[in-house]
Amino acid sequence: METTLVQNLPEVTAAGVIIKAIIILAVISAIAGFGTFIERKVLAFMQRRLGPMHVGPHGILQLVADGIKLFTKEDIVPQNANPIIFKVAPVITAATAFIALAAVPVFPDFTIPNWIPLLGGVFVPSIAADVNIGILFVLGMMAAGLYGPLLAGMSQANKWGIIGSARTAIQFLSYEVVTGLSILAPIMLVGSLSFVDFNDYQAGGVGSWLIWQQPVAFVLFLIAGFAETNRTPFDLLEHEAEVVSGYATEYSGMRWGMFFIGEYANMITVSIIAAVVFLGGYSVEGIGWLTIILKVAFFFFLMLWVRASWPHIRPDQLMWLCWKVLMPIAVINIVITGIVMMV
Amino acid sequence: MGLEQFKNRNVGTQNYTMLDLGESPKTGIDKFKQITKRTFNGELFVGLWVTLREMGGTLFGNKLHTIKYPFEKLPISPRYRAIHDMLRLLESGHYRCIGCGLCEKICISNCITMDTRYDENQRKEVSEYTINFGRCIFCGYCAEVCPELAIVHGPRYETASEQRASFSLFEDMLTPIDKLNLQQEYDGFGAVSPNADDNIKQTPLAY
Repeated sequence: METTLVQNLPEVTAAGVIIKAIIILAVISAIAGFGTFIERKVLAFMQRRLGPMHVGPHGILQLVADGIKLFTKEDIVPQNANPIIFKVAPVITAATAFIALAAVPVFPDFTIPNWIPLLGGVFVPSIAADVNIGILFVLGMMAAGLYGPLLAGMSQANKWGIIGSARTAIQFLSYEVVTGLSILAPIMLVGSLSFVDFNDYQAGGVGSWLIWQQPVAFVLFLIAGFAETNRTPFDLLEHEAEVVSGYATEYSGMRWGMFFIGEYANMITVSIIAAVVFLGGYSVEGIGWLTIILKVAFFFFLMLWVRASWPHIRPDQLMWLCWKVLMPIAVINIVITGIVMMV
Repeated sequence: MGLEQFKNRNVGTQNYTMLDLGESPKTGIDKFKQITKRTFNGELFVGLWVTLREMGGTLFGNKLHTIKYPFEKLPISPRYRAIHDMLRLLESGHYRCIGCGLCEKICISNCITMDTRYDENQRKEVSEYTINFGRCIFCGYCAEVCPELAIVHGPRYETASEQRASFSLFEDMLTPIDKLNLQQEYDGFGAVSPNADDNIKQTPLAY
């Protein structure tokens, strides 16, 4: 449980972690909601449209309207569905997305000022659970999140849902290898699985970012990350033109909203991992935490940008890409990295 | 590009340009070469650049295509046949309709109903004039047949109504007297052609 940075900091108490968890839950949910608005706006601008305009100035309150709609919509459980699994599945997606965020550095650490009653003096860490296998934990949690679409598609007694969950399974089988192998090379260089160690390794400015040493791993991780978050080149799970809405066909209201929040939280998580592992992460000096926010915002924008630009691929093409192209490249990358490290 | 190319139906006589797609690779090494070439020639980044360029054009270059419809409307063609307007004479402000009844007679869906009487100067005046827009098919015959350019088609194309038969009265369609200077002359079906003056020939008195 010890990392280099934590030794200089006040002791992390249970109260601090709980406060941190509440902050993550509230802020990331809000950002996920705001992300839908940003996505609609960016896609609209890229297609010479305006996007939502009528609710609030430039449509900024659209997400409030969407939230009201999601909360007040009728909650339908299909007749032949398995009701328990049907109800549990969206919770899995949303919960694992937020559990993954527990081991990721989100926002700077701070101490609650003493004049606040009850909670004064509590130190709130930047990572809720600073486990020393951070990357492994986050990737594992995000992978477990795919049980949500899988169970949802199978439980809803709908052929589109079945196809969606079948696609979930093959997508899971395809990208997970690439994610693990691509991030293995930076892990070998740093020699740790902790995000804090990654951050410290790249503390020497732009020149020491891992992207310059591991450009191939960066591209591979980005591709796998797009598959992991079901973003557009690999949005096979719920591609409307083919399988109506895939695993989410029978979902309505807030149950569907939980899938949505989970997807956007996963987008943020992947953006944070890419920023911390390859682009230097946060820095304590200078503009400090603004740097990682800018990096995460860039990756988030990249996901929307790619969605507006590129067509998506077939499931068999995804398997072909991951197993026959990306995995060999990742393995070669690891071997070369190992040789360079040994020599 | 003109329409001539599309109107040419003589299939086989056109000069088609065949795209040079090349042959699909047969052997494994050829496939590998093709994949490598396609991976590194950066076509994906061309796609990214196109969308970014359009985003810049939308935000800063005034290339937006959205019309905020209920608040903004696209201009429609002068020949568009929408809800009818009744025009007034520009000098006197009196309505142009002389009560000849041609529009009622020619209306193929029988939606125009009019009644006339003689006023104190022994001129025809319109006492009743309604158009049933539930029946009207907007064929434009009434505007075409009108000898005085009195009944024309206006630009109001939003024709939703609460009931199937929605009658419009003469006064509803007539140009308001205070907006006479805003009255637009109709360029559409049945209107005088722009070179009408040139086409007028003097009638010999011997006729």
